[in-house]
Amino acid sequence: MDVTVKILRYNPEVSEEAKWESYQVTAEPTDRVLDALHKVKWDLDGSLTFRRSCAHGVCGSDAMRINGKNRLACKTLIKDVNPSQPITVEPIKGLPVLKDLVVDMEPFFDAYRAVMPFLVTDGNEPTRERLQSPEDRERFDDTTKCILCAACTTSCPVYWTDGQYFGPQAIVGAHRFIFDSRDEGTAQRLEVLNDKEGVWRCRTTFNCTEACPRGIEVTKAIQEVKRALIFRR
Amino acid sequence: MVQTHKYDVVIVGAGGAGMRAALESGQRTRTAVLTKLYPTRSHTGAAQGGMCAALANVEEDNWEWHTFDTVKGGDYLVDQDAAEVMAKEAIDAVLDLEKMGLPFNRTEEGRIDQRRFGGHTRNHGEAAVRRSCFAADRTGHMILQTLYQQCIKHNVEFYNEFYVLDVLLTDGRASGVVAYELATGEIHVFNAKSIIFASGGFGKVFRTTSNAHTLTGDGMGIVWRKGLPLEDMEFFQFHPTGLAGLGVLLSEAARGEGGILRNSENERFMERYAPTIKDLAPRDMVARAMANEVREGRGAGPEKAYVYLDLTHLPKEQIDAKLPDITEFARTYLGVEPYTEMIPVFPTAHYAMGGVPTNIKGEVLSDNETVVPGLYAAGEVACVSVHGANRLGTNSLLDINVFGRRAGIYAAEYARTVGFEELPETPEKYVVDQIEMLRDAGGSERVAAIRAELQATMDINAQVYRDEGSLKQALSDIEGLKARYVNISVQDKGKRFNTDLLEAIELGFLLDLAEVLVVSALARNESRGGHYREDYPNRDDVNFMRHTMAYRQEDGTVRLDYKPVVQTRYEPMERKY
Repeated sequence: MDVTVKILRYNPEVSEEAKWESYQVTAEPTDRVLDALHKVKWDLDGSLTFRRSCAHGVCGSDAMRINGKNRLACKTLIKDVNPSQPITVEPIKGLPVLKDLVVDMEPFFDAYRAVMPFLVTDGNEPTRERLQSPEDRERFDDTTKCILCAACTTSCPVYWTDGQYFGPQAIVGAHRFIFDSRDEGTAQRLEVLNDKEGVWRCRTTFNCTEACPRGIEVTKAIQEVKRALIFRR
Repeated sequence: MVQTHKYDVVIVGAGGAGMRAALESGQRTRTAVLTKLYPTRSHTGAAQGGMCAALANVEEDNWEWHTFDTVKGGDYLVDQDAAEVMAKEAIDAVLDLEKMGLPFNRTEEGRIDQRRFGGHTRNHGEAAVRRSCFAADRTGHMILQTLYQQCIKHNVEFYNEFYVLDVLLTDGRASGVVAYELATGEIHVFNAKSIIFASGGFGKVFRTTSNAHTLTGDGMGIVWRKGLPLEDMEFFQFHPTGLAGLGVLLSEAARGEGGILRNSENERFMERYAPTIKDLAPRDMVARAMANEVREGRGAGPEKAYVYLDLTHLPKEQIDAKLPDITEFARTYLGVEPYTEMIPVFPTAHYAMGGVPTNIKGEVLSDNETVVPGLYAAGEVACVSVHGANRLGTNSLLDINVFGRRAGIYAAEYARTVGFEELPETPEKYVVDQIEMLRDAGGSERVAAIRAELQATMDINAQVYRDEGSLKQALSDIEGLKARYVNISVQDKGKRFNTDLLEAIELGFLLDLAEVLVVSALARNESRGGHYREDYPNRDDVNFMRHTMAYRQEDGTVRLDYKPVVQTRYEPMERKY
């Protein structure tokens, strides 16, 4: 089928203005939006720039706004985005755009790094593995699925307007350790999240949960972190 | 403008091997990690099924059995000293990851759970053994995330989206690398005492592949162009269960959990090919069996082009708990519901057993035994050789952890004993010339078209089944494409994030490596592991129990030499399962 892809192009080497460009490509209904972008780049305009790697939804490179919603281009099929109309593709919002669909990911990773996203333990290490029951392991399973694609954070209206809010992903990253029975860094981590730019900025709009390509219940995780702050202190 | 940096150790690549190396090296000496992606985008994250280690948490096991399975699985082309190191150190490698926080699945007692995996057996082949430590079907994801988290904890210094294009050697010793910064188009020279390549494989020479778009063999290509050898490049693994038509990986864990392969007649055909361990035979055997079913007309689907992976008899809860990601791939990309429908699958190019030859310290070799001082490699880019002619499932995640760690330690230790080597004069010249040539080229050929033709010929002529005719066809196609490559042009002439240029450079590496693969395959007149020659269907230990060593000659052509296999305790036997 013939598909029109309408892409928000931006290249400061050429112009400071971003502008929409439309491209016609042929695609199968079961093709990914990423395939259509590749057709544009490979057959029509080599200067179209976007990040991608694994092409099946596990590396987190190609989060973008497709028809107004944050999704991974490699996990969105053409048939699911109403291809009878032009499919719009633009960069994720809230991070500085560097070129076309490529944004500056550093502020996003800074927020992640700020919540101490690593196991913190005291005392001597055991010789074998630390024990953990299947139930305790299950407790934080959902937030281990995060691929750091930024779809959640850049769908959050608070993040768009407040340049300092950590954003949903960082809270997901913290949740993964706060609810890990092996971790002993919770007090420190919660202190970081109790900051005025921490979890309390969340207004529970659920955009993040809808945007997550891994199906993580992001809003629920944020609520659990809020509850932990209230009841553990 | 060229910027110069100085580090004791520079690591190229930030997947599992690169980050595991960085954790060792970074705690010992000043280290930088250069990656053309962001670390968490690396393809380690796509690995699924697990990492084998003889923990014996759920049943009797020991590392000697693991060593044997690795040697036999590799069709006796494995260097047995390296396999022994890997199997022995596997136990600590898993425990180290657990201590770093990796969320392994657990047994009722709270220990790391283990499951069966292809080719891993108890007591030298008696029966399948539960050896694979796992986190659902996203073990690679968890390893990549955990290692990245540890790198954050230990303040490892990353240069993200820095594409390394050359390694600098001074009087035969490694002295640095030259990188192209994607964001700006600037050239950076890194002066270093030790350099570790951990840049992954080159699956993109094939069309149907589980590999990421970015797996273009850059590290192997760079080393190759320096005149250093590549080992066993003809051995490429085709994973049996790629989603039909797409190549997206469906873990062998699906069969470890009880999944069954069926042909169009609903027959469990692996019973005919591997009567003892059936669907859990090593990947090369299963992939060939599948391709054979299709060739003999028992393929399924409108074009009889694939077979089925049947999970419908497994309880839903087991599928959800143990195989959530791969079943979602089937739903997302093929619209198939694995609870009730069988999944169309076909072999997909998956893993390079060959690569840059190293010893068990990760030191790169310039011939059969001479070490290149200061140069190291680990992971898929390297050939140590623990995978021989066919890698066992889970042994790649193990390889990156064991040999990534070793390379990190030895590279740092070496860096502490030597001073900086002086850089060659105008060290950036080769890279600057290459980039300017490509950016300014005004030819008529398109990168995407040449790449598509390369991938097509490799899929047709150098896949699961090969013979002299098909390989000669592939070689002549590659030569034609190389001639056309000289006449390409890139449309993007800018400096900022020029991925058009990046793809042109990557294609150059792919063409070189495809040629090495095919030339090596043409000379190996036998069938062993992942290399199956229909005109020579048997293994020939008299003439080919040896590693292929390929060298680039001055005029660009490939010269082949051979290296003996390191044999310790296992005599080659017929490989039956």
